[in-house]
Amino acid sequence: MSQLITQVSPHIFDKTTTQKIMLDVIIALCPAAVASVVLFGPRAALVIAVCVASCVLSEWLFEKICKRQNTISDLSAVVTGIMLAFNLPVDIQIWQAVFGSVAAIIVVKQLFGGIGKNFANPAITARIIMLISFPAAMSNWTLPNGVDIASSATPLSIMQGISEGELPSITNMLLGIRGGSIGETCAAALLLGGIYLIVRKVISWHTPVAFIGTVFIFTWILGGNPVYHVLSGGLLLGAIFMATDYATTPYTKSGKLIFGIGCGILTVLIRVWGSYPEGVSFSILMMNILTPYINKLTASKPFGGVKAK
Amino acid sequence: MAIFNLHSIKIAHNKSTAGCIPKRMPAPESVVIPVSMHIGAPAVPVVKAGDTVKTGQLIASSGGYVSSPVYASISGKVKKIDDILLAGGNTVPAIVIESDGSNDIYSEIKAPVINSFEDFIKAVADSGVVGMGGAGFPTHVKLNVKDLSKIEFVIINCAECEAYITSDTRTMLDMTDEFFDGLSIIKQHIGDKRFIIGIEDNKKECIEKLKPYCASSGVELKVLPSTYPTGGEKVLVYKTTGRVIPEGKLPLDAGAVVLNCTTVVALQKYIRTGMPIVEKTVTVAGSAVKEPQNVIVPIGTRVKDLIEFCGGYKEEPKKILYGGPMMGISMPDDSCPVLKNTNAILAFNAKDATPSKQTECINCGRCVSHCPMNLMPAYIATAYAAKDAKRLEQLKVNICMECGCCSYVCPAKRPLVQTNKLSKALLKNYQMGAAKK
Repeated sequence: MSQLITQVSPHIFDKTTTQKIMLDVIIALCPAAVASVVLFGPRAALVIAVCVASCVLSEWLFEKICKRQNTISDLSAVVTGIMLAFNLPVDIQIWQAVFGSVAAIIVVKQLFGGIGKNFANPAITARIIMLISFPAAMSNWTLPNGVDIASSATPLSIMQGISEGELPSITNMLLGIRGGSIGETCAAALLLGGIYLIVRKVISWHTPVAFIGTVFIFTWILGGNPVYHVLSGGLLLGAIFMATDYATTPYTKSGKLIFGIGCGILTVLIRVWGSYPEGVSFSILMMNILTPYINKLTASKPFGGVKAK
Repeated sequence: MAIFNLHSIKIAHNKSTAGCIPKRMPAPESVVIPVSMHIGAPAVPVVKAGDTVKTGQLIASSGGYVSSPVYASISGKVKKIDDILLAGGNTVPAIVIESDGSNDIYSEIKAPVINSFEDFIKAVADSGVVGMGGAGFPTHVKLNVKDLSKIEFVIINCAECEAYITSDTRTMLDMTDEFFDGLSIIKQHIGDKRFIIGIEDNKKECIEKLKPYCASSGVELKVLPSTYPTGGEKVLVYKTTGRVIPEGKLPLDAGAVVLNCTTVVALQKYIRTGMPIVEKTVTVAGSAVKEPQNVIVPIGTRVKDLIEFCGGYKEEPKKILYGGPMMGISMPDDSCPVLKNTNAILAFNAKDATPSKQTECINCGRCVSHCPMNLMPAYIATAYAAKDAKRLEQLKVNICMECGCCSYVCPAKRPLVQTNKLSKALLKNYQMGAAKK
């Protein structure tokens, strides 16, 4: 008889792998990707392709140079690429999209040790870097095809009186017929993706519900229109896909709730009193920084554990 | 009752052998009986090479209080006493008996006379019975409670939550009379406590069979959802009584004594007939076994002889386990013997045995949200990598029962049970060092 394998238990495993999880996230992002092409035209597909390609390439190259194990097959760089593209205006320069992707993968993810080790969400942080580096290009909102609205303002800037114009109807908000980043406008597609992720148990409902619910209630209290606030800006994209990133958000259910509520409060504060019209990415980044503390605060209590003397 | 749900996982049960009535395997040419098949001091051999022994004859006597005697499982001649390597990694003396083919029963076997609680405990000790659920803790130590009023519950573990294993299922179905007779014996000696049978709802046939017995004997039948690890001692006590066993304490500290159903039947057999534990019902299954089934095996039978009895290997085995796939111990080769607490032998082909590729931890928190003991395995792994014993102490790695849920759900296939085991050892050393100072 040949050598038997001896190994510590268990000897059976769940079929879930990192790659399958990432694939599920990509599937969940598909409706919004399709919507972006329908709404903004083929250039949206180009932006997504450029971001994905440059994210994967920078991950491969960085790991090659650092002689690390190649991890592009785990598909996490693809997810980062799609999410970053979703946060960009359709008219973004290609070189700017490449710059953002390289920043996301190399600066935010790989320099901190790669998958699972980064403390900040790569796509969110790269978006903020781009917003600061190219403020004009990052706020140049081209409207979806065939929409006849005089101004190119986003609903958020209209609500806050930064720009003038008419607010789109709720139906248009749900369908995504409004100004904004390519992946953030179609609320229906994002919600569909979110439901898929919850059903597949890739994410739990705690963060998105806490995040969106807080924004809804808080804006309501402040006398704003809560439905518009929830449907506009990057809130749904952020709450469903970015605030549920594993590496940069808390482990426990209570931690996830705290994280979501924190994100919601910060988002509304920035939207209402800040000088930027949108605060989703800043709020997620800030809560990313607080995550280790939330984890410490909400650490699960061992069963039958006795407090150390 | 239960105020919160303990985390658990769902595993494929694969209990295709549940309908197989155990077949008795004839004595193999020789058996290898280790003197340590239990937790505690090894037994001390009382025979030497060349001695003739009969089935049921004492061959190694108890080596201390927490220990258990060992009996010959076949009749024949003691060939040698040799050190063997057990799958757990320890080397222990083992008594090799060559069969004479006669199956003669030792002449002095007779039911013990029990007139007092002390007699009862002595009988339990003499029976050689140890925890049959897998742990192998000597049963007499568990039952020898100085203050019997401390016992409020006797929990009978019929959960059998591990995949593949159906030997307890067979005990419940085929030995129901003996099982309840055993319970009445225990009741007679430790008093009228609440007896609760904890069983998973995937054993419908057993539940139907046990119901009338329970009704007439006043034993409570608690049907629990089939989630893993229902049969873990702390989990079962919590699910049946709502009591929490504190860290580092025994079930007794929560007022409970937990016994496996097969343990009860083995005890009953000794007390009624005087035949100590010499054989064991074992589920033989897995993708490399030709005819998966339940077999009554003389203790000490080599795994290869047992598999031969089950039609041999269907495919080349790549991994053979003592016990189920969640907590089973993989053995180095198939010459390892069946032990007192072996409830299954599983042999897997290359496809099932090949370890999955390990990738980096993605911090998904699945290990945290599935740990029945509410531990944080991902944090434990980080603390272990830093050899930070103090942090491990805070993280309470000592509570880990190594059920395997964390490793099972890990998408990155991290060896979390292994890091938990290593962490426990690190913590123990650290605490012993601190105690010395």
